[in-house]
Amino acid sequence: MKEIKEKERKNIELPEESLEKKSRTLNLGPTHPATHGVFQNILEMDGEKILSAEATVGYIHRAFEKIAEQRAFYQVTPLTDRLNYCSAPINNLGWHMTVEKLLGVEMPKRVDYMRVIIMELARISDHLICNSVIGVDAGAFTGFLYVMKYRELIYEIYEEISGGRLTTNIGRIGGFERDFNQIAWEKIDKFLNEYPKILKEFEGLFDRNRIFMERTQGVGGISLERALHYGFTGPNLRAAGLDYDIRTAKPYSRYEEFDFKVPVGTTGDVYDRYMVRNQEMWQSLSLIRQAVQKINDLKGEEAIPHHADVPDYYLPLKEKVYTKMEEMIYHFKIIYGEIDPPVGEVYHAVEGGNGELGFYLVSDGGRAAYRLHFRRPCFIYYQAYPEIIVGSLISDAILTMSSMNMIAGEMDA
Amino acid sequence: MLEDQFILEKLNSKFGESIIGYEQNYDIMAVYGDKEQNLKILQYLYDDEELGFKFLTDLTAIHYPDNKGEELVVTYLVYNMRKRKHLRLKFKLNIEKPDIYTLTSLFVGANWLERECYDFFGVNFVGHPNLIRVMNVEEMDYFPLRKEYPLEDQARKDKDDDMFGRGDSHFNLGKLNI
Repeated sequence: MKEIKEKERKNIELPEESLEKKSRTLNLGPTHPATHGVFQNILEMDGEKILSAEATVGYIHRAFEKIAEQRAFYQVTPLTDRLNYCSAPINNLGWHMTVEKLLGVEMPKRVDYMRVIIMELARISDHLICNSVIGVDAGAFTGFLYVMKYRELIYEIYEEISGGRLTTNIGRIGGFERDFNQIAWEKIDKFLNEYPKILKEFEGLFDRNRIFMERTQGVGGISLERALHYGFTGPNLRAAGLDYDIRTAKPYSRYEEFDFKVPVGTTGDVYDRYMVRNQEMWQSLSLIRQAVQKINDLKGEEAIPHHADVPDYYLPLKEKVYTKMEEMIYHFKIIYGEIDPPVGEVYHAVEGGNGELGFYLVSDGGRAAYRLHFRRPCFIYYQAYPEIIVGSLISDAILTMSSMNMIAGEMDA
Repeated sequence: MLEDQFILEKLNSKFGESIIGYEQNYDIMAVYGDKEQNLKILQYLYDDEELGFKFLTDLTAIHYPDNKGEELVVTYLVYNMRKRKHLRLKFKLNIEKPDIYTLTSLFVGANWLERECYDFFGVNFVGHPNLIRVMNVEEMDYFPLRKEYPLEDQARKDKDDDMFGRGDSHFNLGKLNI
């Protein structure tokens, strides 16, 4: 962050028709191709230098919190898809875990490991997009096209498991709707075998690339103190130098049984954010490998379930609803809301693609939430954006935005 | 390790009657406080070396229309990163006069969260530098997340089906000789 001189500040305040006025107002967005989403920034420019900035949101606000007050818990999952749509499964599973925490349902080991596989795949696809888009914005298109093939493979894995690709609606409250099929396991294996080589090549394109380093180092930095003040979490906070990761700070889904590192940066600039995300992809790969190994090691009774034994809350598979008596009864009970959830409130957070994704659920015993609030990391750290870009060039501001992994869907909820 | 009981005792000895009560919600304790003291309580939680709640995780409000005189509850979730401890604070407000002090002096990040809270519930954060709507249009003159604005009934029957492609004319285009 660079300081603005007093002379420049006076210049901004001059009226538009004044002859001495050197700066001009520029609307970056709301639908600018370089911002990768609906963001508006009203910039005061002196040539290419940004003198002041004001960020505006709300263009795609969809009132999810209000809608959730009239929907049964299982109907909220598709809404969470549309928060951070680059890593929808993390949002889905985070929501399921929140409800399970309210209901006091314990998951079998196998389900938790399956969830870890899905969530880490989602994290890779999220970071993949973010990092390759930094490359695109810096003028290096190749990396983006090169890794996109593997995001496609991840989406194919989602498709085998849930049927959806971008908005996955994966899993159920109480587990998964069906077990992973053979093709899904084969594709996971294929991904684990092929992706490391690609990631290495991707790193080779950027990590020590002179042009990329010049464009990103020292650009868009934020100090750790300011980052904490603003409520940063996730890779953006870790790039500034603090190893806060909910997977280790407050483990969920048996993350405490896994062995992984939390990469941190030092300066919090674009390059550090890029490096942190890259390193996290390696950690995610190792986590998936460990989870697959753990599932293979399960024996006897433990090696079977893909959902917990909670018929009161777990929506049964449709085929069974049509053919089996018990499943049909529970299906009707759940759909018609005959089983009351406990009264109480619960906060559950998961490590989303770009930070602490929290669900604050207040239940009054009805079938819908009395109040549901999403803690959306994007919304919280986007307010730091004007402060970060003031004093820098407009091309650096674009790079800063893509490196912070701003997702419009998550911001506007 | 920071114990809930310890936090409560410290708050009670410092603020006395301003701490109205507490409840245990699963793993997070929620403390009810006097709304006049919200900034002082959070400042104390921030400054005290043993407590050290220096990270504002979340801020929102809840509307309970049946609790007369205390309809709105503003709730803060603060976090101690070193000791990995969450604490929730709740302040009850009268909907007729929903004033509470802003936290923007303590956490910069509270700025937009408070604007969001104002936007949806109409909580007036006293001293906020820029308390305008953040999501909704500025011309809006009501606060949509309050309970008096129900969503549309999913089973309503009075809709004009023609407008949604389900009416007669939609299926009987042939009869109209088009």
